[in-house]
Amino acid sequence: MHTAMALLGSVVFALALWSGVVAVFDLPHFILPGPIKVGEALIDNAGLLAEHASTTFLEVVIGLVLGGVLGAVTALGLAYSKRARGVLKPLLAFTQALPVFALAPILTLWLGYGLWSKVAMAVLIIFFPVMSAFLDGLLRTPAGWLDLAHTLGARERAVLWRIRVPNALPSLAAGLKLAAVYAPIGAVIGEWVGSSSGLGYLMLLASGRAKVDLMFAAMLVLGVMSVTLYLCLGRLIDRVVSRYTD
Amino acid sequence: MQVRFDALVCESTRWTVLLGASGVGKSTLLRVLAGLPVHWRFEGSITTSDGVGLGQRVGMMAQQDLLFPWSTVSENVALGARLRGERVDTDRVLSLIVRVGLADHADKRPGQLSGGQRQRVALARTLMEDRPVVVLDEPFSALDARTRSQMQDLSVELLQGRTVVMVTHDPAEAARLGHRIVLLKPGVAEDIAVPPGLPPRPVDDPDTLALQGRLLKRLREGD
Repeated sequence: MHTAMALLGSVVFALALWSGVVAVFDLPHFILPGPIKVGEALIDNAGLLAEHASTTFLEVVIGLVLGGVLGAVTALGLAYSKRARGVLKPLLAFTQALPVFALAPILTLWLGYGLWSKVAMAVLIIFFPVMSAFLDGLLRTPAGWLDLAHTLGARERAVLWRIRVPNALPSLAAGLKLAAVYAPIGAVIGEWVGSSSGLGYLMLLASGRAKVDLMFAAMLVLGVMSVTLYLCLGRLIDRVVSRYTD
Repeated sequence: MQVRFDALVCESTRWTVLLGASGVGKSTLLRVLAGLPVHWRFEGSITTSDGVGLGQRVGMMAQQDLLFPWSTVSENVALGARLRGERVDTDRVLSLIVRVGLADHADKRPGQLSGGQRQRVALARTLMEDRPVVVLDEPFSALDARTRSQMQDLSVELLQGRTVVMVTHDPAEAARLGHRIVLLKPGVAEDIAVPPGLPPRPVDDPDTLALQGRLLKRLREGD
């Protein structure tokens, strides 16, 4: 109840600040429309927004699943083989120095205007946080556990699956939560570069036609979608991970 | 710094207690016995009375219980077999859990247990392996005095028939548990005469308490 009240409070505060700024500076609606104007746009275009939101949502979810799996599997491989770590880690770090956004046009060229170029963008953005968080957890197994495993004559494979992996699950969870925040950014950037649907596309379209209220409405929908996704995924992950910690 | 032993004989089925301040190399010595990698150079040889090397015949109990929070008590006790990919002898697991007094807790997770109970699980896990030699690295030092003395009694009872090498910095523990006590100071290892009674000696035994005092005095010498 407390959190609900706090949430309501911050929504009211944001709306008040927003209307205040519009009123005080006497901003025309094509620069910054007030909350009521955006609210109207939200209701008038509900069907349109829902349709485009569903495209973006699909891209984000597929991106999250693929990026999460790819990141986790890569981390496992790197944890298993020291040689692979030596070869691939600097390479992976280098790819992080490249601005991923610059790749968006190339991805569109390769994968077309449809769903997959956006999914690829989301995957590219979330792969590294998931991979590095999980790998870090896999490699930071308490020494005492490894000693114990050694005296018990454990198999290398069992040490990985029965000790390193469960111990690293909270780290993987942290990476996945971060991914839930990043994935929508990737999808929208993909949509900006070239697409025919999605909230990013709708924002560009609205801005081109000076429908600033619709642009803000699309942004609002995107924000609410991202936060909801983050909270739901976070809750789910916490429930799974709580079984693996004291 | 170096620790020299001309010979450290750990008699079979007896408790040899190595007493010394932190940093004197006690734990390193145990790691050598347990076949674990050490940062120090070990020069010398380890021989056994039956002529077969120590190899995988050493069980270990450490200061931390090293239980896996995601596994139940019985899964933790069966850890060795699970990590080796062997079939788990469930009857034996349960009987050991009963012997350490945790019959009602077999399906609980370590997070639901007290510190003393957790060390009991660690003891059962050690017993599960049935190794003739067991090394103990200050396993009771994190427990309160009452629980510690109970764990000492239980360990002596359940480790009967095994050759135990224990490392501790607690003179009281050494005085209670050692069939033989070796005082380790930088560079020297000295045998200390033990009281007449058999371990675990009563907590209020005058000879044991007197020895405890002497040991502490010896530990403080040269400061």
